[in-house]
Amino acid sequence: MPDAFRTCPATGRRIHLGAEALVKANAVVAVVALLIGAIAALLLVLTRWQAVHLLPAVWYYRILGVHGMNMLIFFIIYFEMAVLWFCCTALLNSRPAAPRLGWVSFALMFIGAAMVEWMQWSGRADVLFTSYPPLKADPLFYLGVILFAVGALTVVGLFFATLVIAKREKTYEGSVPLVVYGAITAAIIAVITLLHGAMIYIPTFLWSLGIIPEVDPQMYRLVWWGLGHSSQQINVAAMVAVWYMLAGLTVGGVVLNEKVSRSAFVLYVLFISMASAHHLLVDPGFGPAWKIVNTSYFMYMAVLASMIHGFTVPAGMELGMRLRGYTDGLFGWLRRAPWGDPGFSGMVLSVIVFGFVGGITGVTIGTEQINIIAHNTLRIPGHFHATVVSGTAMAFMAATYYLLPLVFRRKVAFWAAAKWQPYLFSLGMLLLSMGMTFAGSFGVPRRHWDISFSQAPFDVQFNPAVDLVLAVMGIGGIMAVTGALLFIAIAVKSVFFGEPVGEWKIGTYVPGIPPGITNPPVHAANVDEINERMHAGRGFPGPTPGTMVLVFVFLGAFMVYYFTNWKLLSQLWKLG
Amino acid sequence: MLTKVHTGLDPVPGIWWKPAHRAEKVWVGIAFAWCMVLFAMMPLWHWKGGQNPSGIRTRVDPKAFLARTQAFAKQYQVETDRGVPVVAPPPGSDIYLTAMTYQWYPILKLVNGKTYRLHISALDVNHGFSLYPVNVNLQIMPGYDYALEVTPNAAGDFRIVCNEFCGIGHHTMVGRVIVTDDAGNTVSDNRTARVGGAP
Repeated sequence: MPDAFRTCPATGRRIHLGAEALVKANAVVAVVALLIGAIAALLLVLTRWQAVHLLPAVWYYRILGVHGMNMLIFFIIYFEMAVLWFCCTALLNSRPAAPRLGWVSFALMFIGAAMVEWMQWSGRADVLFTSYPPLKADPLFYLGVILFAVGALTVVGLFFATLVIAKREKTYEGSVPLVVYGAITAAIIAVITLLHGAMIYIPTFLWSLGIIPEVDPQMYRLVWWGLGHSSQQINVAAMVAVWYMLAGLTVGGVVLNEKVSRSAFVLYVLFISMASAHHLLVDPGFGPAWKIVNTSYFMYMAVLASMIHGFTVPAGMELGMRLRGYTDGLFGWLRRAPWGDPGFSGMVLSVIVFGFVGGITGVTIGTEQINIIAHNTLRIPGHFHATVVSGTAMAFMAATYYLLPLVFRRKVAFWAAAKWQPYLFSLGMLLLSMGMTFAGSFGVPRRHWDISFSQAPFDVQFNPAVDLVLAVMGIGGIMAVTGALLFIAIAVKSVFFGEPVGEWKIGTYVPGIPPGITNPPVHAANVDEINERMHAGRGFPGPTPGTMVLVFVFLGAFMVYYFTNWKLLSQLWKLG
Repeated sequence: MLTKVHTGLDPVPGIWWKPAHRAEKVWVGIAFAWCMVLFAMMPLWHWKGGQNPSGIRTRVDPKAFLARTQAFAKQYQVETDRGVPVVAPPPGSDIYLTAMTYQWYPILKLVNGKTYRLHISALDVNHGFSLYPVNVNLQIMPGYDYALEVTPNAAGDFRIVCNEFCGIGHHTMVGRVIVTDDAGNTVSDNRTARVGGAP
């Protein structure tokens, strides 16, 4: 294949046309999966909202499985494939390794995904997303997952090969940018994750064919969560990389210190995969020492990493803004930030909801004993909708607003709507997550068709407050799905029927192109000098006092929520 | 000493291992200290706290466990509710509960403030033990006997909701636990509640 490049008019980067096609194809399939998942989400939320109770039982459980696979696996991993291709080629000015094999992997993933969809929709895999044996699905379901995982694993291999090519052909100088470093982190975690997937789905596939007699249910849960939870850690690493990328593109966010940010990524690689233990805290198969060491990522080293990024990302933005002259007060930089740029607002909302809701609830309910009052209640989906959806999906949507003009070279369609899409989506998800979290605190189970228990032998009367919080969940869910469908409409219209970006004068505002592209947040020529001055003589709050205040607000909220849960736990029956 | 101002999109020339500013060091230090608090709380609760999900865990043959449960139910049965035996074992004894699609077997009748060793396992697939409204949640799976010492702290009529998807009738799987007051009197019951089947 000839190695044709184009030069990006906005950033001056060399972009390989073959790699660009791969980015586009993966991103488009991701959006299709998002569409299926979003329609499923609407049906589910209208069923769980007990006052509406839309679907019949069979279809509720079936659609729940469809929603899980499309959102957590197909949408997210396809988008991550696009991110990996983008980072290793466009950000490093490199050609891709073996683009033809890239297409083979793409097709393999597509076939696998199609098989899973077919099995799920035809009712031959009513085992939900987790497919815990001895519940059994059609062998083609497991085979589909295996094909998808093999395809994704191959792309990760090509990503590493491309890094080697870029290094050898010297397409960049020095060390890779931080964003690529984050993508490498995501790729390493992806290898760990996908190997777990192969390790558990291959024996389960053989069991479904009758070749091996049984799969131990506890062993399955242990290894499966090495896929199920760790795949969400690919998301975390990819999302943080996207945060750094958008911080740079939208407000000229700087990297305060490479050592600190990169060490935090290394902590992810070393420790974050242990989090699969979060799902096994009230399982019979493991002892307390195993549970404590694993659930805490060996003494919360991955939490430390997230708390570091939670500081360095906003601090980098603050310093980036201050260096460009927005120095008034503690929060002048925030007030005067480009809130009308969906790439910026989406990223900031992702940081906030991921940290304050997803992060705090996750660490709390992932505590060995506190898990007793959370396991399999609606608190669990309440938590992960705040991380995977309000965090990762929101960040990926925000990134898309930049990828459309930069990679697809199309203006963002429905620009006026695009500007408020992040707010609608994020607020909707926030309400949904909070509604689920509070309902779960009252003991409302997850994955349950009918909490009025109309067909059960004994009545169960939930606290009347549950009706209220489920209504909040329902309204939030409808808002979020609307936001997601809006995003899909914008993406599809832009990609297939969009107006070409054309030419613009730097420094002007062009509707349909995020301001970070037409009016890039460049730093002054003497920025290093200004930076020296800003650092000199500052004491404890440093050059980013606003962020310092914000992180302490975060820590306070964290402590309150965490210890409140211990208090609730202490009121239970004695148990142990 | 400072690295040159750059964004996360720029390659970093040379060595990027440079000292961090004090503000960052302070935050990393505080975050680390908080992580140690988070970590210490779990062993501390094993030592001082009253709720721990450890118990005694053994492998068991699912059919043998069901047989053990049935023998236990027969031994201490006091009455029957909707076809399910109500079992009142003596305080301090080993008590058994089997989860199966779509039933919790049997109904347990316990005395407030007394301790029992509760063995739970599943006959067929994964189930979720969710004691309502106390909000104790445990994963129950076939082949594993999950035994925990439990001490009720209030009399009442409790439910066990299945909160792990176990099949198409999952949402009908509800069991019952009765806790009498210290004197052995039932403080409430659900005899007026509707019986399942027709909605």
